[in-house]
Amino acid sequence: MLGPGKVWKFGDDVNTDYIIAGKYKLSITDLDELSRHAMETLMPDFSKKVKKGDFIVAGRNFGCGSSREQAPLVLKRLEISAVIAKSFARIFYRNAVNIGLPVIECADVDKIEEGDILEADIQRGYVKNVTKMETYRIKPLPSEIQEILLEGGLVKYVKKHGRLPWQ
Amino acid sequence: MGKTISEKILSHASGKDAYAGDIVVARIDAAMMHDGMAQLVINAFRGMNGKTLWDPNRVAIVIDHVAPSAYEAFSKVHKMMRMFAFKHNAKFYEVGSGVCHQLMIESGLVHPGGVVVGSDSHTCTYGALGAFATGIGSTEMAAVLLSGKLWFKVPETIEVLIEGRLPPMVFPKDVILKIVGAIKAYGATYKAIEFKGSTVKSMNVEGKLTLTNMTVEMGAKTGIIEPDEKTYEFLKALGYREIKGFTSDEDAEYSDSIKFDVSDLEPQISCPHAVDNVKTVKEVEGKKIDQVFIGSCTNGRLYDLRIAAEIMKGKHAKKGVRVIVIPASRKVYREAVKEGLIDIFLDFGCAVCNPGCGPCAGAHQGILAPGERCISTSNRNFKARMGSPEAEIYLASPATAAVSAVIGEITDPRRFLKEG
Repeated sequence: MLGPGKVWKFGDDVNTDYIIAGKYKLSITDLDELSRHAMETLMPDFSKKVKKGDFIVAGRNFGCGSSREQAPLVLKRLEISAVIAKSFARIFYRNAVNIGLPVIECADVDKIEEGDILEADIQRGYVKNVTKMETYRIKPLPSEIQEILLEGGLVKYVKKHGRLPWQ
Repeated sequence: MGKTISEKILSHASGKDAYAGDIVVARIDAAMMHDGMAQLVINAFRGMNGKTLWDPNRVAIVIDHVAPSAYEAFSKVHKMMRMFAFKHNAKFYEVGSGVCHQLMIESGLVHPGGVVVGSDSHTCTYGALGAFATGIGSTEMAAVLLSGKLWFKVPETIEVLIEGRLPPMVFPKDVILKIVGAIKAYGATYKAIEFKGSTVKSMNVEGKLTLTNMTVEMGAKTGIIEPDEKTYEFLKALGYREIKGFTSDEDAEYSDSIKFDVSDLEPQISCPHAVDNVKTVKEVEGKKIDQVFIGSCTNGRLYDLRIAAEIMKGKHAKKGVRVIVIPASRKVYREAVKEGLIDIFLDFGCAVCNPGCGPCAGAHQGILAPGERCISTSNRNFKARMGSPEAEIYLASPATAAVSAVIGEITDPRRFLKEG
């Protein structure tokens, strides 16, 4: 189970530049230092406010733009439980799975408000809004993807199984 | 049932009879990584206990995002890349070689019908050569370096039909901006966009590369164009051996078909702070500018530099406007020198920088101060992309950028036709 954690709410088309700006990605290589600038363009003190276990909830097309894997990495470093969005951009989605950051597609994100407390369970397929006492269904993850995610990402998967998932 | 070009390429590369929606494991023909992601790729490769590259001749390692390095942290990344590239005998492109995508086009690694991946979202550019090319992350890149394979969901395809003759001072960049404005940033997510029609046929390969380059701005997995005689001639001139690609079947299935008639298209401009916020240049004309950037993997090729130079010839940049010109590769730079374009840029007062990504990546060579406004021929205008979150970036064609540099304000390039 993921959470419980507080919701930080964002809109549609949150691009990877907003998750971590190029000016930081291309000058800072230390992930702890880099994560201090996560979401800075949209919420300047996000990294100070966010706590371990919190959720990012957003609209459609989360993570559009560049292929920078630093985007899901900084969110993982801040110990975000999961990103829940109406939809995800393709490369961000794959990157998040490959580094072990849970990404959840959910049609009901409009019902979730900033500050709500959530719990989520990917295997059972739901997001629970503890504050509003509501439960939302999520789009189930294909089993191959779930497997990579549960192992903590592709590198850990390879370390454990001695092969790539498609080998 | 007929197949799209993307279905044919992924069928060929996976050995399966694949259609949209199928998951396939495809053989990779070439892989590219750059300094923006290299450290993560190399660490993941080591984490997976990688010892050797699956095929060093098919791996390109490029320093272009912060080239030359502007920060000690990135000098260390570059050092790590050089050691990795030399140890594994990969193709290595040193500082000053150019933007990774232009180098891939020139490298001989991208051929019609091939599958190419890069640790950069604009890898989709190579679809203009009839390849299936897409951006991936660094962990997946490490997996490709190990195995030479990757899983793909075969994408559905949106057919984009472009018809009509482009009016004077309207260019492929205006066409793709118009399309991004219509399809929007989310409109092609997970899909391939296949460009067709008489306008596309009549474009040179450089113009087609501008179209496919920006397909990721609509969320697309790739942009693709059937190779034709022009494509093969272009590749031949670059020294490629001829490899025939694929074309889509008449009865291929498309998820959507969108038509654009460009006969009356006006110059287009993408306004802050989203690429799909597209207007006509006329609508925003008169806004004062501080910086002009002509370059990038979208519009840094010889064709683009010629358009800018023709406008700048015999003129000088407006006082207070700095103009940064960055040829997309050393080859482009050399040809621009030979043709006298660089002289024109120098007379105009441009800062001509070494080939690379320049200010588009947001690291150096043109960082904006709060309150500044830049007109750029690149592909992204997100807030803080080029420095300050209080700066503005407008995206336009090299013609619009060049005319705006003369006037010092965002200007419709058709004004140049009247005034000469």
